[in-house]
Amino acid sequence: MTVFVDIGALDDIPRQGARLVKTAQGCVAVFRTADDRVFALDDRCPHKGGPLSEGIVHGDRVTCPLHNWVFDMNSGVAQGGDEGRVRTYAIKIQQGRILLDASLIRARNAA
Amino acid sequence: MKKKLVVIGAGMASGRMLEQIFEAAPDAYEVTLFNAEPRGNYNRLMLSPVLSGEKTYDDIVTHDADWYAAHGVDCRFGEPVVKIDRKNRVVYSNKGGAPYDALVIATGSAPFIIPVVGKDLPGVVAYRDLEDTQAMMATAGKDAVVIGGGLLGLEAAAGMAAQGARVTVIHLMGHLMERQLDPAAGYLLQKDLERRGITVHCKGATKAILGHDRAEAVLLEDGTVYPADLVCMAVGIRPETRIAVDAHLEVERGIVVDDALRTSDPHIFALGECVEHRKQLFGLVAPLYDQAKVLAKTLLGEAAEFVPVQTATKLKVTGCDLFSAGDFAEGPGREDIVFRDPGRGIYKRLVLEDNRIIGVVMYGETGDGSWFYGLMKEATDISDMRDTLIFGPAFQGGAALDPMAAVAALPLEAEICGCNGVSKGTILNAVAGGACTLDAMRACTKASASCGTCTGLVQQVMALALGGEVVEAAAGMCKCTDHSHDDVRRLIRTMGLKSIPAVMQELGWKTVGGCHSCRPALNYYLLAEYPLDYQDDRQSRFVNERNHANIQKDGTYSVVPRMWGGVTTPAELRAIADAAEKYNVPMVKVTGGQRIDLLGVRKEDLPHMWNDLNAAGMVSGAAYSKGLRTVKTCVGKEFCRVGTQDSTGLGIKLEKLMWGSWTPHKLKLGVSGCPRNCAEATCKDIGVVCVDSGYNISIGGAAGMEVKETVALASTPSEDEAIQIILAVTQLYRENARYLDRIWKWMGRVGLDWIKAQVVEDLENRQALVARFEISQSVYRHDPWAELSTPSETPKWGPLADLTLEAAE
Ligand SMILES: Cc1cc2nc3c(=O)[nH]c(=O)nc-3n(C[C@H](O)[C@H](O)[C@H](O)COP(=O)(O)OP(=O)(O)OC[C@H]3O[C@@H](n4cnc5c(N)ncnc54)[C@H](O)[C@@H]3O)c2cc1C
Ligand code: HEM
Ligand code: SF4
Ligand code: FES
Repeated sequence: MTVFVDIGALDDIPRQGARLVKTAQGCVAVFRTADDRVFALDDRCPHKGGPLSEGIVHGDRVTCPLHNWVFDMNSGVAQGGDEGRVRTYAIKIQQGRILLDASLIRARNAA
Repeated sequence: MKKKLVVIGAGMASGRMLEQIFEAAPDAYEVTLFNAEPRGNYNRLMLSPVLSGEKTYDDIVTHDADWYAAHGVDCRFGEPVVKIDRKNRVVYSNKGGAPYDALVIATGSAPFIIPVVGKDLPGVVAYRDLEDTQAMMATAGKDAVVIGGGLLGLEAAAGMAAQGARVTVIHLMGHLMERQLDPAAGYLLQKDLERRGITVHCKGATKAILGHDRAEAVLLEDGTVYPADLVCMAVGIRPETRIAVDAHLEVERGIVVDDALRTSDPHIFALGECVEHRKQLFGLVAPLYDQAKVLAKTLLGEAAEFVPVQTATKLKVTGCDLFSAGDFAEGPGREDIVFRDPGRGIYKRLVLEDNRIIGVVMYGETGDGSWFYGLMKEATDISDMRDTLIFGPAFQGGAALDPMAAVAALPLEAEICGCNGVSKGTILNAVAGGACTLDAMRACTKASASCGTCTGLVQQVMALALGGEVVEAAAGMCKCTDHSHDDVRRLIRTMGLKSIPAVMQELGWKTVGGCHSCRPALNYYLLAEYPLDYQDDRQSRFVNERNHANIQKDGTYSVVPRMWGGVTTPAELRAIADAAEKYNVPMVKVTGGQRIDLLGVRKEDLPHMWNDLNAAGMVSGAAYSKGLRTVKTCVGKEFCRVGTQDSTGLGIKLEKLMWGSWTPHKLKLGVSGCPRNCAEATCKDIGVVCVDSGYNISIGGAAGMEVKETVALASTPSEDEAIQIILAVTQLYRENARYLDRIWKWMGRVGLDWIKAQVVEDLENRQALVARFEISQSVYRHDPWAELSTPSETPKWGPLADLTLEAAE
């Protein structure tokens, strides 16, 4: 079962925007859609490492700010002709708070 | 002997519970019913039709005196319970006590009152009971303000408007009913309310209620004041738990109950909006009726369990048809199906997960709501009907969406060609008169014969008249729409569309939130068209414009303060040097735009650095914007031995007038003091080369992948006139060019002659353009750095959380 950790209030993220969470496994971008869904993805574009948290959020997609690759935030999969996938993390909203997969606290290890 | 049942609160939940008990076991209990309101149970939901005058109080009474008498209920109405003595099992009002074997708390909710100055003035009400309703019914011909644009607030607003009040709704969020509706549906709702005369102010935070002896006006944080003889606060409710807290029952946000609706005391039960069940609160009646059934059984000694069901919402405002159900709030793995019919103001959206409907939003046509709701509750697999699902149960076969719906819906007098003032009606008449080609149309009406940007629209209107026969049209601006840039722009103007959701709805966008290509364009078109009304949408901007700094390939940023006309001072240089050291800037570089670039700044340091630079009197150089970048100058006649005019001075004047403005693409200016042209003015978007007789203005230069030399626009002996012409051509470019077209590209489409006619020859038009530029600048001639580095904004530049600091378990 996934254990969650509270990372902040939903209202700390603008609608159609994102904020960063620093973790032992690198930066994670936490997105909020226009209709208040949240998604957590690695903040590194598989193309050339662009910061996805700075991309334009449209529907449940985000466009990388560097070369406009578009990712489905549900799966992390690149859309259209581009091939690649960003890692996604379990995340949820509970009573206005955002809860993120707590395993991110630990550094990725051999196991 | 009958057992004694005492009930606190004669509301909708306890009323339904009593019905169930009396029906199943009429002789089980002797009931005493306390109620704070001086009356028994009525249908609270129906207060809104009472308010709007569609019903009377008598129509909405659920249990009358006869009903209570027939069931032997001891009614203590107008007597709030003030104390529960759990040890002796007695409850007390101020008039006396009543012993119980079983006690039910059903006190409902208390309205939430925001703690602002003036909240206790007479004339400030909530919307909960008959007294509130009656106060609001007395507002005919007066000013009323409703704080809160949720379900309750909007019913209050519509009701008072129906009574003849002038009503304003103030809502904190960006769109109405944000908990039930997405922005598109919220937009349609706002439009419907505005149509019935209600003013809607979104993103409005109430600062105070003003007045001496009673409420007179409402003041917002942004300084707006709305007159108000009555203020209705409808910002939310919280469970009414005070007597339970005093009695030391377990209370979290509500009174905690188990599945049988028992509280932490085995003799005390609770139901309705005052309870919290498995961490959940309730605000709609459907689950409360289920609770009533369960509690009736519990009290009669039968086993029963309360299981909450999902609820759907309808707004009870006659003429506003909306439906919202399900969960839009969390979880990956979701997809949308969207349908929009701009002509009829319809919007429908289904949210799917694993081929099942988990959310429904509908506006304008909600007939299929219960069908979708059924599919959602049953968790029906919809993969087979997915293609036609959105059209509802009656549909088989696939309706084509109509890309011309927006054009079809335009009124006959809508202006299509702005240059020549040709309306839709004129074009239709010309087609009827035989003008079936674009050339013929241009010959007989002049429509699209001048700047040509309306060509696509003219073609669509002609196609409409010709029965859908397509007169070849320009390509859509992106995959989200079939309308071209020019069409979208023109329709924003003719249809008065003032927000991105408005454009997407009325023009039939095919996606939910657009894409990275149309959103920045729409944001620009809207702010250029409605500088005073439109609120710039940062989330629709590319990273550099959103963060007011250029992102570098390693995710750091560069900071370029403005140096007016390339002129600086020792004090400014010192401040820049200090900032460079303080923030460990890895590189300090002089740009080609005659200013200094600090490269490699971390995002979280940006607001701090801006603060330091602001303190030294510097503002953002907008080196990142589709807007005015720099005005490059040479030293001119003040120092140069061959200079003819004060080129530096003119450059500074221009930069001070134009800074902060947004344009379709970047805009760079240059002013040289003589034809030697040291400021390289003839490869800028707008260049001035000074000569003995005055100023030669040329436009359309560039020095990037494309190198372009400017072409002459005008010459004038007067510096003032030179400035006027430059501002006018800038405004014409802002109003007319496609997003991401530089001046040279735009000029290629509309022609230099047309531009000349507008800004050089037509003096009146030139002045009008300058006036419109100035209106826009009254909003945008402001430093974004100062706005985004305030103490409340600064933390937003850092990470939301830092989990590397948390101890690993
Ligand atoms: C204007 C309006 C429109 C609404 N529209 C809808 C709708 O369209 N759909 C929907 O599902 N829901 C709607 N609701 C919500 C719905 O009315 C409530 O969910 C429902 O009435 C709650 O029932 P209840 O029995 O818990 O509380 P209530 O019906 O509020 O009853 C509680 C009663 O307890 C009394 N009381 C409180 N404290 C004490 C005390 N100490 N001693 C004695 N008595 C006390 C109160 O005076 C009140 O009469 C609407 C509400 C309002 C106000
Ligand atoms: C990702 C794209 C680009 C970035 C981040 C960028 C960044 C910059 C910056 C930071 C400056 C200094 C700015 C200033 O002082 O205002 C500059 C100057 C300049 N850039 Fe770019 N630039 C970009 C694209 C281009 C393109 C496409 C062109 C050509 C069309 C161009 C031509 C110039 C020129 C000519 C200057 C010197 C400015 C002047 O003399 O007015 N740049 N650029
Ligand atoms: S452009 Fe002419 S006036 Fe300006 S610095 Fe060069 S030579 Fe001197
Ligand atoms: S780095 Fe993301 S698209 Fe190139």
